[in-house]
Amino acid sequence: MLQAEGKRYGERAIKWLLALCASLSVLTTTAIVISLIGPAIGFFEIVPADEFFFGVDWTPQFEPPSFGVLSIVAGTLNVTLWGMLFAIPVGLGSAVYLSEYASPRVRRTVKPALEVLAGIPTVAIGFFAVSFILPEIIVPLWPDGLLGGAAGKPFLALAAGLGIGLMVVPIIASMSDDAMRAVPRGLHEGAYALGATKAKVATKVIFPAALSGIVASIVLAISRAVGETMIVVLAAGSTPKFTLNPVESIQAMTSYIATTATGDISTGSVDYKSVFAVGTVLFAMTLVMNVVSIRLVRKYREVYE
Amino acid sequence: MEAGRATAPRNRLAVAGARSTTEAMLRNQLRGDVIRNAVFAGLLLFAVAIALAGLLALVIQAFAEGSSALSRSLITNPPSTAFPEKAGYRPAIIGSLQLIGGVMLFVVPVGIGAALYLEEYADSSRWWNRLIEVSIQNLAAVPSIIYGILGLAFIVRGPLDLGFILAAGSLTLALLVLPMVIIASREALRAVPDSIRQGSLALGATQWQTIRTQVLPASVPGIATGVILAVSRALGETAPLLLVGATVFVTFDPTPFGTDGYSAMPVQIFNYALRPQEEFQALAAAGILVMLVVLLAMNSFAIWLRNRYEQRW
Repeated sequence: MLQAEGKRYGERAIKWLLALCASLSVLTTTAIVISLIGPAIGFFEIVPADEFFFGVDWTPQFEPPSFGVLSIVAGTLNVTLWGMLFAIPVGLGSAVYLSEYASPRVRRTVKPALEVLAGIPTVAIGFFAVSFILPEIIVPLWPDGLLGGAAGKPFLALAAGLGIGLMVVPIIASMSDDAMRAVPRGLHEGAYALGATKAKVATKVIFPAALSGIVASIVLAISRAVGETMIVVLAAGSTPKFTLNPVESIQAMTSYIATTATGDISTGSVDYKSVFAVGTVLFAMTLVMNVVSIRLVRKYREVYE
Repeated sequence: MEAGRATAPRNRLAVAGARSTTEAMLRNQLRGDVIRNAVFAGLLLFAVAIALAGLLALVIQAFAEGSSALSRSLITNPPSTAFPEKAGYRPAIIGSLQLIGGVMLFVVPVGIGAALYLEEYADSSRWWNRLIEVSIQNLAAVPSIIYGILGLAFIVRGPLDLGFILAAGSLTLALLVLPMVIIASREALRAVPDSIRQGSLALGATQWQTIRTQVLPASVPGIATGVILAVSRALGETAPLLLVGATVFVTFDPTPFGTDGYSAMPVQIFNYALRPQEEFQALAAAGILVMLVVLLAMNSFAIWLRNRYEQRW
């Protein structure tokens, strides 16, 4: 039988062809790393590494230019921080509601609605952030003069943060819901049999039981928030500032890349190479978070499936 | 021992739950529990309401700002900076259609091929197959702007050197959504029970014959759903296109290999959104409405397809 299979060249050719399709993903990963590293090394031949990694001034257009990446890393973290402060409670609340409280009928309508939210293009969320969240929500609600005040500013880190928060709510809600639903029914029933209330079952039994999946969803959401481009380009502005103040206009790593590497930039310039250096930092940050998230998901699958 | 390791965390949780309930009973806190339970349920409902209100507000806002620009010329006219009242999305729509056409040409065969290899052929204990799996999972979460950098350095310039053409943008988007297609296709293939494969193999079919005549037909609905969702993601993606050439203010109908530039729907929306004048803001909002309608139709079709043709074994 094995012998017969061995002689079927067509079958073997197909297997190799399919393997080639699969290995394209490894090739893509390699290509990403190569295309980032090459010009990034070229960048560090011009700009000293300690200025890049420890500097807090990002002024490539000045003479002499300064490339302190911490300034735009802070911009990214600023937006991510406020986004997650919104998305974690809303996303986890939705997840607990969907998995423990919602009737099957409510679930059948709420879950697709969250999926629709997940499918909305980020350019639309960015537009919403700058034309609605900023003027209609933040400016009226922000206390006068606090941290410099929000009134009259066309771009705010907080506006982009809330937009990003809205974008990642479905990720947290849906992944955490999956994790909590993977907890065996016996744990619910045991707790109810002892007379625990719904809130007790959800917070003391199901939530800790699904913790690794929940943390995975949050880590993945942070990774998405750090890598999001259009919302920060539209709503957070393009003035690099080393601050976590939510009512400032800032620049994130992604918006530097998107606004610098467009069309007419010349290939050999420092600006061009700086895009790849920033891209390397961004890729490294998200890679670490993705790997952590993948590991955590695998962990809860091992325990319950 | 294996079973013991798996049940230990469950036991620990069960004990924790039992303890906290019993303690509450002993301290006679049950009345407080009833109130706390109601407050907790209220907070959860509030969280869901905020998420849904955000979605609703986004749609209403787009409609309120964009309804004035909704007309036939929105679809049939090219963009214009001088006459915003006549400006439209024609080249962007044609560009987007060609972009996602190219994406489908690429991701359907390659995505399904990769999924077939991983589910039907690969021995997942081998390190190279595990490497493939981890890299797919990671690629699914790599920021889209990084794909833009890849497209710029590898496809537009560098090894492939295609130049700033629509086909390069299409290939970049295809690489971006490929992991989504692979992951969805693998799930669809995994849902086909092994007894189907064994039955076919026992009758003398080769492995490829089994896949072609039994496994693939049974998993088509799941795969199609994944492809539609991936294409709708590609349709809404903006950031990578900014890096691979779709920035030009295009007033003519783009072609796949034309070197004069191309545009796409979300890029054109972005372009209008950057202009402070009210007319352009309205155009951006109207464009968002068009995209939302198209995407909602695609997603609903995908969900309907999944529910209608999903086989229960």
